[in-house]
Amino acid sequence: MSFELFIFYVFAAILVFAASRVITVNNPVYAAMFLVLTFFTCAGIWMLLEAEFLAITLVLVYVGAVMVLFLFVVMMLDVNVEPLREGFVSYLPVGLLVGAIMLIEMVFLITQRYFKNEQFPAPERAGADVSNTQELGRLLYSEYLFQFEIAAIILLVAIVAAIALTMRRRPDTKYQTPSEQISVTKSDRLRVVQMPPEKR
Amino acid sequence: MIDAILLTIVTILKILLVLVPLIISVAYLTLAERKVIGSMQVRVGPNRVGWKGLGQPFADMFKLMTKEIIIPTNSSKFLFLGAPILSLAPALAAWAVVPFADGWVLADVNAGLLYILAMTSLGVYGVIIAGWASNSKYAFLGAMRSAAQIVAYEIAMGFALIGVLMVAGSLNLGDIVRAQSGGFFSWFLIPLFPLAVVYFISGVAETNRAPFDVAEGESEIVAGFHVDYSGMAFAVFFLAEYANMIMIAALTAIMFLGGWMSPIDGFGDGIHWFLIKTAFCLFLFLWFRATFPRYRYDQIMRLGWKVFIPVTIVWIAVVGFAVYFELGPWFQIRANGMS
Repeated sequence: MSFELFIFYVFAAILVFAASRVITVNNPVYAAMFLVLTFFTCAGIWMLLEAEFLAITLVLVYVGAVMVLFLFVVMMLDVNVEPLREGFVSYLPVGLLVGAIMLIEMVFLITQRYFKNEQFPAPERAGADVSNTQELGRLLYSEYLFQFEIAAIILLVAIVAAIALTMRRRPDTKYQTPSEQISVTKSDRLRVVQMPPEKR
Repeated sequence: MIDAILLTIVTILKILLVLVPLIISVAYLTLAERKVIGSMQVRVGPNRVGWKGLGQPFADMFKLMTKEIIIPTNSSKFLFLGAPILSLAPALAAWAVVPFADGWVLADVNAGLLYILAMTSLGVYGVIIAGWASNSKYAFLGAMRSAAQIVAYEIAMGFALIGVLMVAGSLNLGDIVRAQSGGFFSWFLIPLFPLAVVYFISGVAETNRAPFDVAEGESEIVAGFHVDYSGMAFAVFFLAEYANMIMIAALTAIMFLGGWMSPIDGFGDGIHWFLIKTAFCLFLFLWFRATFPRYRYDQIMRLGWKVFIPVTIVWIAVVGFAVYFELGPWFQIRANGMS
């Protein structure tokens, strides 16, 4: 067993363990932390595949931003675990059905002609001087430019929609407008009053 | 097999060669901070332990090491003790790709800039988990503040670095420094001045330093996320914060101040220039702390979202045009592999 294979098995074992703990652990904060561990080990495995851009982006986007916001929300929840378990038996058949369908779909996909393992020979090793980031960038901005731009527009629409749906301005909110604050002049704030000296 | 073992040993030695000076720098940065702020406020600063107070960091360290670590009741013990490690590990791991001088780098990887961004974005977990695991209201408030702040400033920071990689044409930190060769006027500080300012201020906000230290906010929420920590657990947080400060200072030196390059072309390039520039940026950190009052929370959010992010977006567009038309002395692509 080569050193690389050994590392792969270590990472894979951690990955499977963490992923299963995400759905078995009781506390939602622990579950989120196990999901972080899952992403992180997954990035390690992608690194072994020489996909360093994807691996680092996974850590940067999912671990560094998405999961932080996730934790942010999960920590605010005051989850009582007991009521969550009540419907377990009644939901079990539905859950099993969905799981079975997903499994069957995956098996179909893998055993189909076009996606069989034999259709995809192991890719050749790229040399150490090939930059995964540069290759991806070149492809994204040349061959797949339209797809890339459509994806960008979909994301933009999603951002606008999310903000439009959640933004509401409450009339009683107090806020400052710094541009008004800094354009204040002396005459706005100060009034010099002439008054005669008072008699004793 | 022998080769693999030898490689491991050599790598561990190299890691120690980076980390030991780093930790000593952290120790003396705390002393420097107290001395600098002391003299700015016309005080003496620590001067009792050792010659002119030079033994002070060790006195602090031994005090913290011998103190008891108190674990609050009803806290989640595993995460409570894991949080300091979660904040320290990324702060140290990011040093793997920092080039100290030409070729003096632990891992000369092509995606170094991305790696740095990924590692610095992980530091927030220590703060959030510490705040939650302490099971205390003040700590939790600190954690929430810190999470929102770091997510906001990370975007501006990432955008500022996009400008750097557009001009340098590489993600490798060594190549970014080499693209700035040719004296002071070739440094990215000049063509990317707005991005440099945004990057450094966002860096101050990322490390939760004054004036952005609402996560600690002594006068508002006691000590924020680490209010329940004592002894070594607190010391590890402290170490992480200062290691992050040195990291941001070193990165500013690499990205915008020409790393190990001398300000006069070809005149004594070397690690000493890198150290001088890093020390200067660290001095700015201390200077800020002695000068500015703490920002209010909504002001921090406004500065991050409404000022920094638009500034970076506009300047990235400017840089894009300049690079496309290869304007001026700065915007010709110098790094290899971008033809």
